[in-house]
Parts: sequence; structure tokens; C-alpha cells
Amino acid sequence: MVLALLPEILLLILAVVILTADVLLRSNRRRFLGWIAASGLILILVIALVYSRPEPAQSLIFGGMLRHDWPAFSFKIIFLFAAAVTCLLSLGFEGVDKRGDYFALLIVTTLGMNLMAAAADLIMLYLAIEITSIPLYVLAGFLKRDDKSVESGLKYFLFGAMTSAVMLYGFSLVYGLAGDTNLYNLATSLQTGQLSPWVLLGVAVLVLVGFGFKVATVPFHFWSPDVYEGAPTPITAFISTASKAAGFAVLVRVMLAVFPSIASYWSTLFAILATATMTLGNLLAIPQQNIKRLLAYSSIAHAGYALIGLVALSEFGAASLVFYLIAYVITNLAAFAVVILFARTAGSEEIADYAGLSRRAPGLALVLLVALLSLAGMPPLVGFAAKFYVFAAAVRSGWIWLAFVGVLNSIIGLYYYLIVLKVVYLYRSEEEEISIPVPRPHAIVLIVCVFAILLIGTLSGPWLEWTLNAAQSWF
Amino acid sequence: MTFPILTVIVFTPMAAGLLLFLFPSERKREIRIAALATATFSLVLSIWAYFSYDQAMNGYQFVENITWIPALGISYHVGVDGMNLPLVLLTGVVMFTGVLISWNIEDRPREFFAFLFILATGVFGVFVSLDLFQLFFFYEIAVFPMFLLIVIWGWEVTREYAAMKLTLYLFIGSVIALVGGLAMYFTAGLNSFDLIALEGAGFSIAFQRFWFPFVFFGFAVLGGIFPVHNWSPDGHVAAPTAVSMFHAGVLMKLGAFAALRVGIMLMPEGVKFWSPLILGLATVNVVYGALIAMVQTDFKYVIGFSSVSHMGLVMLGFATLNREGLTGAGLQMFSHGVMTALFFAVVGMVYDRAHTRDIPKLGGFSKVMPLVAVAFIVGGLVSMGMPGFSGFIAEFPIFMGLWQRQPIVALIAALGIVITAAYIMRVVGRVFFGKMPEEFVGHIPPITVLDKVALVMLSGILILVGVYPGVMAPLVESGVEAVLTLVGGV
Repeated sequence: MVLALLPEILLLILAVVILTADVLLRSNRRRFLGWIAASGLILILVIALVYSRPEPAQSLIFGGMLRHDWPAFSFKIIFLFAAAVTCLLSLGFEGVDKRGDYFALLIVTTLGMNLMAAAADLIMLYLAIEITSIPLYVLAGFLKRDDKSVESGLKYFLFGAMTSAVMLYGFSLVYGLAGDTNLYNLATSLQTGQLSPWVLLGVAVLVLVGFGFKVATVPFHFWSPDVYEGAPTPITAFISTASKAAGFAVLVRVMLAVFPSIASYWSTLFAILATATMTLGNLLAIPQQNIKRLLAYSSIAHAGYALIGLVALSEFGAASLVFYLIAYVITNLAAFAVVILFARTAGSEEIADYAGLSRRAPGLALVLLVALLSLAGMPPLVGFAAKFYVFAAAVRSGWIWLAFVGVLNSIIGLYYYLIVLKVVYLYRSEEEEISIPVPRPHAIVLIVCVFAILLIGTLSGPWLEWTLNAAQSWF
Repeated sequence: MTFPILTVIVFTPMAAGLLLFLFPSERKREIRIAALATATFSLVLSIWAYFSYDQAMNGYQFVENITWIPALGISYHVGVDGMNLPLVLLTGVVMFTGVLISWNIEDRPREFFAFLFILATGVFGVFVSLDLFQLFFFYEIAVFPMFLLIVIWGWEVTREYAAMKLTLYLFIGSVIALVGGLAMYFTAGLNSFDLIALEGAGFSIAFQRFWFPFVFFGFAVLGGIFPVHNWSPDGHVAAPTAVSMFHAGVLMKLGAFAALRVGIMLMPEGVKFWSPLILGLATVNVVYGALIAMVQTDFKYVIGFSSVSHMGLVMLGFATLNREGLTGAGLQMFSHGVMTALFFAVVGMVYDRAHTRDIPKLGGFSKVMPLVAVAFIVGGLVSMGMPGFSGFIAEFPIFMGLWQRQPIVALIAALGIVITAAYIMRVVGRVFFGKMPEEFVGHIPPITVLDKVALVMLSGILILVGVYPGVMAPLVESGVEAVLTLVGGV
């Protein structure tokens, strides 16, 4: 039982270590804090892979508060990976890299996400969501002297608090209707109550408000472009990847465990949401001038693609959703790594300033090319396999129109990614002579991410098996 | 284990393309030599594969089948038969000549050749695919580098517009076909993406009639079928010479071939139902494309629209669904590929020296570059379908097949040939003969040795196939056999 919780325990210890080191280290040594955090997270990742593998039989642990199963485990790996990458990207980032509290908050929010993925009880779930969210609000507004960052933190907090309140109201209704808080008892309790499906659907929608905020689906997406733009870029990368994946982890678990009796209703609802999310995200991304805002809208669209996996309502569908998230997390981290590196030297996040990047830094331009093409869904990159599986799941479950909406949306996506690439490869700039240095931690991130994008993209077999395995425990 | 020749053919360009990035970008000479070595290697291998294919045995040869993604029954499955082997050879030829023609590219040659080679891997991969997933995988690899190649090295005036238009058109087509492919996979219920397995899936007639247009027309976008041909002339014109050669010579065949391989061969009932529409649209391609080519004043647009016109003949051949028509279509894919590569090479050489492609401003070029003029005339004779050139042995069977199927269509489409003769004559007369304008006299440098090699090689192939059809026609016929057993012959 302790082994199941080992990563979380270690995360807590790591957070304490960071805070202690923050006090003990002299100010000129503080830059090691990020290295400690990153290597600690990587170590925890390895330990989790070795010691915390779930048993084939799923078990509820700690009095039914948590469930130690494959989906939870898979998501924990994603979170730990994203957190480690975020720490590496934060190294040398002006304003955050010498702050122990920054890294401690990052680790605590990762801890919260791990609990979100495993939570099997409404109370635990709510606590986990708040453990995740509150540090993220602080992190988004971490650059106190930067108005945009403060605005971003405040906006994130206000939206988060409100949606969280609505979600909590939904939880209270679920409890009131069923008289239970354990996710895995709720389905039976709710069914024996002979409730009208519409009542249940109403409750589900209230709960969804909170989850929709986390994954940034339409119509709960309004916060994301502003927050993404203002937050320190490593945190933007983290919010857009790990936090979104965490939202999906609870969304899928709650929907499949608590509301299976009205699955046909909510899958239609999700089909509509997915359509709106993809279309709106992609269309609004087109006119963006700022790369972070562009990636914000594109990440909204990607939430829509991933939702298709849930709409399909099958093991393969859920597996394709997990696969999609893995692909998306790795790719988006690579894209943000380039954004961070570029801003370090050029001091700009405007797409127009990326002109001449392929001459200034051919390697960096190539990474951006790979990342954006993977987001667009181009083989042999991982984004292609991910989109292929999601659309395959939709077609298999008979959602042909949704598959068409998805593929046509991926064309819109391709369009704005190509615009960025055109700027990078075609346009000239006066600063072409100024090269862009790539420090070691960033180089590690770029190499690992590009390698993973290519590897998982070409040899997706074992990874698909893994996610299929994980998806089984959800049903 | 035998030598995995097809795998080597497919992956050599990509591996070389990635290795090119190891060169420092300013070592242009070394980069060019490495590129030429790669292209030569690919050409030699594809010639070897072409001539070591055993026609007596027929069927798919050099087959390799490796499990790729077991959960979905996806495998890496390659093989060649009479239908795709000529196209593999074509790709080898165009790749080789394309590198020769691009020798003088000064702007980032490393990136240029790398993207061109990644494109080549995609093209080879599609042609030899025997697995549907793999086919899509390589199809998209083949399409994308085109965007960068056109946008970076293309003609300044239209490159941004044309590259975006081309990429979006082709991707819309391919993703629509992809949904159709997924529908086939799940309906067949064989848990296999293997094309040969899917051939025997026995889809219901209603299913085939519903899904055929998605798959066929999705791919046919890349084949340049009317009314979605629009991307192609713009793309051809905006692209740098070698890319135009690749684009018109090989990529458009990719669309036609995939439409045949996935659309027609997997859903024979679908094609029987929809063939009148295909006949109609393809006839428009032939006649309308030729008419538009007739009125163009831009030399490259003439060739661009002539491609639209000639690809219509390929589609017509498909739609006949009989032995003659399909054989003609198979030969036409090869013949048109070489011919149009030759045309674009010529246009590129003229433009590089005259710095204009406006036909009324040109003239008398046969005096300064006689070999180029001869090559263009050879290409022109091929495109008119003159006996003794490969165009004749390709177009004649198409019309024979068409006559059996729909004499009216054959008559209308034959008009296209007449118009072709007219616009070719016009270009030959205006550009290569007549009086050379004052400003060019003494300012036209001769073409390089590498250019000559490319021109001689391309024209040589066109004449060889025309004079001695035995080198290709029986092979294509053996490939058509497989299609006919599926379609059942109409």
C-alpha cells in the first residue's frame, strides 16, 4: 500500500528538501535548486516506474480514497515527466530560477495531480484538485513585477475558484442523490434510485464545469489564452500539458465510473463539446500574433481531439485518449522549450520576430518544425499516430461525422502551424547574425522530446499496448 | 534472408537527407556530391529492382512483411508488381535528374536536398506499400516537404500562396480518404490493414458505393482531377525546377496510384457505380486542361496545365475498367512522369537564362541551346502521342479501351490530343524558333554538362519505351491482370 503511494511521499519529501535548501544555500548557489528539483523528479519517475507498478487486480487503497490502477499510474508518469521538463526549462529563466518556493510549489502541484489521477472518492478528488490548482494560481502570477503575469494569476484564480465552486455544488448533489462519496459505489447507488436520466445529466454537467475548466474545453476556455500569455513560460508549458492531462484523468474516471447509466447522453454532449472545442480553438488560433497565445488556442483544439477518444466510449477510445495526451504533452513541451529559448535571446514572443530563425539557429528551427508538425498530425511524428488512433476510435464506434469534423479541423490546424513555419523558414530578419545559445538543460529537453516524438511516432505499437492496458481498468 | 531491396530503396533517401544535416551548411560542394551519390544509388537500385523482377512468376515480389503495430494489425508490408514497379523506376529517374538540375541552388542546398530526399522516401514508400496504414503514413510524408520546398526555394511572386494552397488541398483530400480507409478497416473486421487481406474482405455493395467517392476522390485530388485540380498548375509554377519535376512527374502519380490501389482495387463495386462520373470529370480534365494550356502566356503554366490534361488521360484509363484502358493508364503514369519532368527541366533552363517565362518575349532559343530545343520537341511529340514515342504506346491503349466503353467520351477526349498538338507547336514555334529578341543575343550562357546528362537521359527513356515497348508494356499488363481479377472486367 505504501509502495502505491511512494511517488507522492517522495514528492512531498522533495518539496521539503527544496524549501530547506532554499534557506541553507547561499544566494550564489541558489541556481542549483532547479537542478535538485529536476533530478529529484527524474529519480522519482524512475522509482515510480520500478516500484509503483499496479497489480493486475485493481485495488482501492486507504479506505477507498485512492485507486491504484494502470490509468492512474500512466498519468503519474506523464505528470512526473512534464514536471521534470518544466524544472529544466525553468533553469536560467529570469525571476524564477533562484527561488526555492517556485520549485516547491511546482512539486506540490505535481503531487496534487498524482492524487487527482488516483482519487476514487469525491472528497479526495476535490482535495486533490485544489492541491493542484492553488499552487498553479500562485505560479502563474509568480513574476510580481510583470503586470501580465499578475493579471494571469488573478484571472486563473478567479475562473478556477468559480468553476470549482460549481463543481463542488455538483459533488454535493451527487452525494445527496446517492448517499455515498466513493466513485465506485456511486454508479450502483445512483441507479437504484431510479432517477430520471435528465436529472443525472444535469448533475453531470455541473461536475463537468470544473473538469472542463481544467482541460480548457469550450465554453470554459476563456481563461487559457490570457493565462498562457502572462504566466512565466515554463509554467505555461506545465499548465498546457500536465494540468490538462490531469483534467482528463479525472474527467474520464468520473464519467465512466459514476455516470455509466447515462453514457449515451453524455457521449453525445461530449461530441458536441469536442466539435465546438476543436473548431473554436483552431479558428481563433489563426489570427494570433503571439506564439504563446497561438499555442494556447491550439491547446484548446487539442483538448477537443482528445475528447473524441472519450466520445467513442470504448476501451480503444479511452486508450487513444491516453495516447493522444502522451503525444500532446511531449510535443507541446518541445514547442514551449523553443519558445523559451527564443525569448531568452530575442526577448520576444511575437510570431513575426521568429523571422530568420532557420538561419539564426537551424537546429532550433528544426525542433520547432518537428514540434509543430507533430501537433498538426504529420507522420512519422507522434502526433500522426495519436490523431490516427483517436479518429479510428471514432469511426469504430460509428461516430463518422465526428471523425470528419476532426480531420477537417486538423487541416485548419495545419494552416496556422504552416504560417509559423513560413515565418521561420522563409522570412528574413536583420538579427540573423545573432545566434541563439542553447544551455545544457534546454538541450537535454530538446533532445529527449524530439527523440520521443520520432520514436513513439514510428514505433507506436508498445505504447498503444500500454494505453490499452490502462484503459481496461477504467471500464 | 534475401537482400531487402525495397526497404533500402525506401529509406536510403531519408537516411541520406538526415545525414546531410551533419555537413556544415557552407560546405555546399560536398553536400551536392553527397546528394548526387545518394540519388545515383537510388537510381541504380530501382533499375536493378526493375530488371530483376520475374515477369514469369507475376504477382508481388521482393515482399517483406514485418509486424508493426500488432494491436491494430498494422504491418510494414512492401512488395512490387507490374503496376507499381514502373513508378518506382520513375521516382528513381526523377530523383536523379532532379538532383542534376538543382546543382546550382545557392540558398541552403543542405536543407533543399534534405527535404527533397524526405519527400522521395515518402513517394517510394507509397508506391511499394501493401498496408493501408503504411500507405497513409508515407503519403503524408510525401506531401508535406513540398510546402517547405516551394515556400523557401520557389518563385517569389506566388510561392506563399501556391504552397499553402497545394498543401491544404492535398491534405484535405488525404484525410478524407483516411476516414474512408478507417471505415474499410473496421467494416472488414479482419483486424488487419493489409491491402491484400482487405481485397478479400467482401464489402457490401451499399458500403462500397457510399465510401468509394471519399477514398477515390480524396486521393484523386493529388492526381489533379477536375474540379480540384486547381492547386496543381499554381504549385508547379511556383516550385523550383527540381520540385516541379518531382511534383508533376511523381507526386501526381502518387494520387492516381493510391486512388487505384485503395479506391478501385478494394471497392470494385464502388468504381463500377461511380465510373460514369469519373469518365465525365476526367474528360473535362483532358479537354479543359488542354484549352487552358493553349491560352497561357507563361511558359511554365502551359506545362502545368498540360499535366492536368494528361493526368485526365490516366483517370480515363482507370475508369474504363478494361485491360486496354488500365494498361494504358499504367504506361501513361510512367510516360507522363518522365515527359513532364523533361518539360519542367527545359522550362527551368530557359528561365534561368532568360529570366522571363513570358512566351511572347522569348524566341530563337534553338540557336543558343539546340539540345534543349530537341529535348523539348521530344517531350512535345510524346505528349501528342506520336508513334515511336512512349506517349503513343500509353495513349493508344487508353483510347482503345475508351472506345469499347464509351465511344462518345473517346471522341471528345481525342479533341484534347488535337489541342495538345496545337499548344505544343505554338510553344515550340515561339520559344525555340523565330527571331531572338535583341536583349538576349549574346547573353544566354550554354547549359552545363549535368543539365545535358539529365536531358539526354529523360528523352532517351521516352524514345526507348516508344521504340521498344517490350521493355515496359508486358510488365504493366501483368500488373493489370491483378486489378482485373478484382474488378472482374467490365
